[in-house]
Amino acid sequence: MNFIQGFKMAIKSILSNKLRSLLTMLGIIIGVTAVIALVALGQGATKSVKEQVQSLGTNLLTVNILGRGSTNTLSGTDAIAIGGKVNGIKYTAPASTQSTSVKFNTTSVDVNVVGTNADYALVKDYKVSSGRFLVQIDLDVYQKVAVIGSSTATELFGFTSPIGEYILIQGTRYKVVGVLAEKGSSTTGSNDEVVMIPLTSAERLFKSKGVRTIYVQVETTEQIDNVVTGLEKELSSHFRGNTDSYRVFNQSDALSTLTSVSDTLTLALAGIAGISLLVGGIGIMNIMLVSVTERTREIGIRKAIGAKKRDILIQFLIESMVLSGLGGVLGIGIGVGAAQGASKAFNMDIVFSANIILVAFFFSVAIGVLFGMFPANKAAKLKPIEALRFE
Amino acid sequence: MTTIAEPVIRIELLSKQYRMGGELLKALDEVSLTVNHGDFLAIIGPSGSGKSTLMNVIGCLDAPTSGKYWLDGEEVSRLKENKQAEIRNQKIGFIFQGFNLLSRLTAIENVELPLIYRGVPAKARRELAIAALAKVGLEERIHHRPVELSGGQQQRVAIARALAGNPPILLADEPTGALDTKTGKEVMGFIKELNTLGHTIVLITHDPIISEQAKRIVKIMDGKLNEEGGGRLELHSGI
Repeated sequence: MNFIQGFKMAIKSILSNKLRSLLTMLGIIIGVTAVIALVALGQGATKSVKEQVQSLGTNLLTVNILGRGSTNTLSGTDAIAIGGKVNGIKYTAPASTQSTSVKFNTTSVDVNVVGTNADYALVKDYKVSSGRFLVQIDLDVYQKVAVIGSSTATELFGFTSPIGEYILIQGTRYKVVGVLAEKGSSTTGSNDEVVMIPLTSAERLFKSKGVRTIYVQVETTEQIDNVVTGLEKELSSHFRGNTDSYRVFNQSDALSTLTSVSDTLTLALAGIAGISLLVGGIGIMNIMLVSVTERTREIGIRKAIGAKKRDILIQFLIESMVLSGLGGVLGIGIGVGAAQGASKAFNMDIVFSANIILVAFFFSVAIGVLFGMFPANKAAKLKPIEALRFE
Repeated sequence: MTTIAEPVIRIELLSKQYRMGGELLKALDEVSLTVNHGDFLAIIGPSGSGKSTLMNVIGCLDAPTSGKYWLDGEEVSRLKENKQAEIRNQKIGFIFQGFNLLSRLTAIENVELPLIYRGVPAKARRELAIAALAKVGLEERIHHRPVELSGGQQQRVAIARALAGNPPILLADEPTGALDTKTGKEVMGFIKELNTLGHTIVLITHDPIISEQAKRIVKIMDGKLNEEGGGRLELHSGI
């Protein structure tokens, strides 16, 4: 008896008892559905976290200046100077941010006003959609110019071009010289509701010397650790050994922490789903055992007319394999549907990986073989005379 | 063929013992029997006489405790389970009392079953099965399930299944036991016809009227065989 013949027999036997077959498969279906859907959602969450962190800029270090006592003692020029002393730094963008209201004619919005330099756009991966970004000369001559985010532009100016118009920031007139391209939102909020002005003008406007934050772009990922050490050394000497005055925050550390958290979560979900697959397998074994008892006479007849042990074993093994494999296929279908439904309903990201789908399928087939082995062996070992006599 | 002279079945001093509640039960006691090609042998005996055990041993469903058994020139009394299955598949066509058809399969699928286990390719298998069903006059009903057939037709499907592999011997165990007198007669007529076509038949029954239709009758009692000589076939040939 060949495999295809056994396969046909198994399909026939499964179809002859549709409701029972479906109920038997249910355990596997639920298990595979859970694996596919939960892993898709888990990986989707991992991906969106990664993307959000990466949208802040890759190879990005953030230096927070907490200051010493009541004074704020790192000026923009000092920050640039420190950046110049450490090897491996590509861009240094000191920033002084304040949330304030910005007005155009009678419209007014609350946005983050960032005082910074030309490197800021490069570090934060901003693109200019019209006009220009800040340049060094703006800082040098305390220009009152502003570059505004795309959302802010729409809110203040509607569909008219903001370039060349004047906006009021805390009562001071600033000329709009550029509009940024849309960037989307991240964990820290919208990146498009922003107004950027030269750092020197900002210091005057906010009446505060020094910067609170320095964004540093490192040349390559491998240099991040060196740059962190270098920056800490320079800052330490600047603040005379007071390490509480500053923090160097590593973006990729945060990324790996977040990723490992969501990876662990995915693994835990997959584990729970795997257990339900195992329970499904036990369900299959249970039904196969009942089926063997029920079909003792059939086994006897088959053996009497020449079926060998192996033929009966293969027949029942294929049957349980087809049951669980079919359950796996249905589960994959329902799982993909469920994940897509959930992602639409709750606005979540999902990621399907072919690996997980293949693993789920082969795992369910393997469960069929594993849990079918005992009943199939029981069937194969029946003595033909006794099986024939069975009522 | 040099084996022409060799009988289909040659049994020598065959015994089968069971242990039942500590007591030794001799179901077969040094039985000897020879069946030649083209024979129509009836084994008759009351229940408990050991005829079922003899039938199981002849059918290679059970191994004897001692003695020798040649089937179609091959010693089969000491074979392993798998080899026994092979012998059953190739040398013996079973006709059971309760038909023993698989209810989930159609007539043709039932007939194909022994050929599947023999490894006959699908096309040849189908042709052989159709030919066997045609022999029993059921070519019109090959796609019917057993429940859709009458008792007589079911037994004919079972006979077709036994014939499909063209085995050297047909083993019929009370083939009319589950049928009414009329269809029983039909089936017996059928079996006799197969015998005239050259099939060797061993019939096991408790009914003397059935056994009288055989060419040769052997009585079994308490595990011992007792040959009755030639049957009274001639007297009943008119039936």
